[in-house]
Amino acid sequence: MARFPFSAIVGQDEMKQALLVAAVDPAIGGVMVFGDRGTGKSTAARALAGLLPPMTTVEDCRYHCKPDERGSCPDPCTSGRNRKAAVPFVDLPLGATEDRVLGALDLERALRAGEKAFEPGLLAKAHRGFLYIDEINLLEDHLVDLLLDVAASGENLVEREGLSVRHRAQFVLIGSGNPEEGELRPQLLDRFGLSVEVRTPEAIDQRVEIMRRCAAQEADPEGFAADWKAEDEKVLKQIARGQKKLATLTVPDEAMADMAGLCRAVGADGLRGELTLMRAARALAALKGARAVTREHMIAVAPMALRHRLRRDVLDETGSTVRIDRAIAELFG
Amino acid sequence: MSDPAGADRFGDAALALELFMLAPDALGGLVLRGAGPARDALVERLKARLPVRRLPAHIDDERLLGGVDIAASLASGRTIRQTGLLEEARGGVLLVPMAERLLTAISGRLAQAMDGERGFGLVLLDDSVSGEEGPPPSLVERVAFHCDLSNVREIRAAPKRKPVPIARVEPADGEALTALAATAELLGISSVRALLFALVAARAHAALQGRTNVEEQDLQIAAGLVLAPRATRLPPQEEPEDQRDESTQENSSEGGAGDSEMRQAEDTVLEAALAAIPPDLLARLAEGAARRTARGSGGGKKAKSKLRGKPLGARPGMPRGGARLALIDTLRAAVPWQPLRRREHGDDPPEGLLIRKSDLRIRRFEERAAAVTIFAVDASGSAAMARLAEAKGAVELMLAQTYVTRSEVALVAFRGTGAELLLPPTRSLTRARRALAELPGGGGTPLATGITTARKLAETIATRGTTPFLVFLTDGSANIAGDGTPGRGQAREDAEAAASAVARIGFAALVVDIAPRPRPEAEALARTMQARYLPLPMADATALQRAVEAARPAPQAA
Repeated sequence: MARFPFSAIVGQDEMKQALLVAAVDPAIGGVMVFGDRGTGKSTAARALAGLLPPMTTVEDCRYHCKPDERGSCPDPCTSGRNRKAAVPFVDLPLGATEDRVLGALDLERALRAGEKAFEPGLLAKAHRGFLYIDEINLLEDHLVDLLLDVAASGENLVEREGLSVRHRAQFVLIGSGNPEEGELRPQLLDRFGLSVEVRTPEAIDQRVEIMRRCAAQEADPEGFAADWKAEDEKVLKQIARGQKKLATLTVPDEAMADMAGLCRAVGADGLRGELTLMRAARALAALKGARAVTREHMIAVAPMALRHRLRRDVLDETGSTVRIDRAIAELFG
Repeated sequence: MSDPAGADRFGDAALALELFMLAPDALGGLVLRGAGPARDALVERLKARLPVRRLPAHIDDERLLGGVDIAASLASGRTIRQTGLLEEARGGVLLVPMAERLLTAISGRLAQAMDGERGFGLVLLDDSVSGEEGPPPSLVERVAFHCDLSNVREIRAAPKRKPVPIARVEPADGEALTALAATAELLGISSVRALLFALVAARAHAALQGRTNVEEQDLQIAAGLVLAPRATRLPPQEEPEDQRDESTQENSSEGGAGDSEMRQAEDTVLEAALAAIPPDLLARLAEGAARRTARGSGGGKKAKSKLRGKPLGARPGMPRGGARLALIDTLRAAVPWQPLRRREHGDDPPEGLLIRKSDLRIRRFEERAAAVTIFAVDASGSAAMARLAEAKGAVELMLAQTYVTRSEVALVAFRGTGAELLLPPTRSLTRARRALAELPGGGGTPLATGITTARKLAETIATRGTTPFLVFLTDGSANIAGDGTPGRGQAREDAEAAASAVARIGFAALVVDIAPRPRPEAEALARTMQARYLPLPMADATALQRAVEAARPAPQAA
């Protein structure tokens, strides 16, 4: 199926913004998407990956080495030539084994030549791209632990079957799930940078627009992509500008104080909340081309940065988003 | 449960199949629930038109996706590849028998393949009996039609039709899109996929009729076949009984985009969908709320059962003391050493693989102390509403702990003349909250039925390898007999019989006496059940939860 243009997605504003923020600053550490099936979670993530310009890698390198990192992967890659490759979007299936994810002994070469060689797994494939996990709440905990660990460290370390391999694995982790089908452990949730809630737009005209666009895309994928190319280009420029600008943006002290105050007010545990809030606000400011990080940026990203970190009171049914909004209203009017 | 007037489930399923065969790629496939001659006939029809591959439930990754055939490679000494079933099914249909037993790993793969360059249709044969089980929701979501053929005996020949290619059917106009979108919204369907499926189904139906434009009847068929089975609610203040008669009337509307006409199109499409809503959903909705998440066929499926241990990979060791040999891992460990070992044997190496003791790997399983606590709560008038609130609180508190204890919670309420599974075993707090939000109370006390329902649930759970723990919240009094008739004497006897059935099976149980003054009936009941007895006259949710946690038997290691 041809990819759906990112800018042609109807609604889903929060998710789109979270993805853009994560694309500008991958160090934010992944996006968790909550929502029912069929609400376009994976479509949006896929669309963003497809939007990004092709990356330059060393030719035939299985680890997508950058040209200036030539020869640093376990293979090692020796080709002097480079080639362009699409930004990888790896869809991790439920029930994937540790072998598939981490990589394992290359059985074929072991059989044929008696060689002990490493067969890279999905983590290597996702390097410099996106790793999407549908129904992450149904994934086995030990795998989720492992993935979050690699996502945070940017490196996959394999010590098993007599292999000792280390390779880069930097990717934007996108998890999705429906909380009605089992929840994610709070410890794991906390390690996701951002979280968003996705719902199908309820307005009829928006739904009709979705159907219309999907039908148009199905009928003529190329023509549809061409129609949206200009819009997609704009988004692309925005990301590129954001990435460039990110390094020079500083967060003023007042904004820092605001963030600390908000985190305390909503009772977000740990430092990770504040750090992510700061990073996300900065990335958003960079994305918007702002000169400095302001309170507005912080307020815009506060729900997605904090919503999944609030300590839960089981018998209090107030949604996390509501609690954050309330705190924002109290603190900043 | 009887079918609604005029419902023709075989006709619907046969039509769904025809539509699917016109656009297998865009419609994804169908769920056919209920084994029997009707379903077999439809599968035969499918086989006559498209190449069909069966997907065995125990298929492994290599066979599904293709890869190195280890056994053949070992035997021949060179790498032998096999093509995967997904590849082989391209351009045809993948038939999944016993889809409700499909492993998560495989359903994940299939869902992924369907999101990508699909190239195959999926037909899920669902043999589940109760609404408890069902095919993986991720797959049900990705196929257009959900047909229920259980107890359908009537089989009719397929009418001869001369369809036009679906590509020639003009896209539906805005009015048609609005009608479908509005219907989906009123039925509480949030998935966009459902909308897109409905749209394709409408076009396919037009094509089937030999037309090149989408008409209102196409939309009605699409709403009935695609949207209705996914309904999660009924539109407000509508009387479904009346709608049904009207929907059979001939609708006159061709062209014209006046506002009143548009409204009319919406209405008739909605009517068609309402007429096709499964009768059990209607019944449950009529009661006030669909208790289980009614998504896809047969209501909410337990998302994932924590079956016995999950294989964790292997570690070196000898296969003894109950440990099982991990064959593949053993071979994998032995393979790299083969050239060396052959050399050790000099000029005359023996045939076959040379395996040493150090190569042996044994399987490890993740120990999951899985347990399901089943609350059976007396929701009758005598137990008063306060009790229900406390039970509800305790369930929620327990769920909050499930991260730690890895347990699940289920809730059965009994009142009036019967018992009802309000909350199927779950770990999800969100789902529990919704199920418990409208816990009804009042009426007689059918204690026997309550006990029996809880026991049956416990038995189902036990067959999955999980340990059930029964908690009864009752004052021990009963006034409705097992067959639903009033009468204290018979009710008492039936309750005792039900309690001794629990004792026979030997599940751990706890009877919490919730009467303001503890009464001998509840204690006697506990004795019959060989359960622990705990009078908690003034218990609140927290105390109840602590008591249950304390009384629960230590989970058995896998």
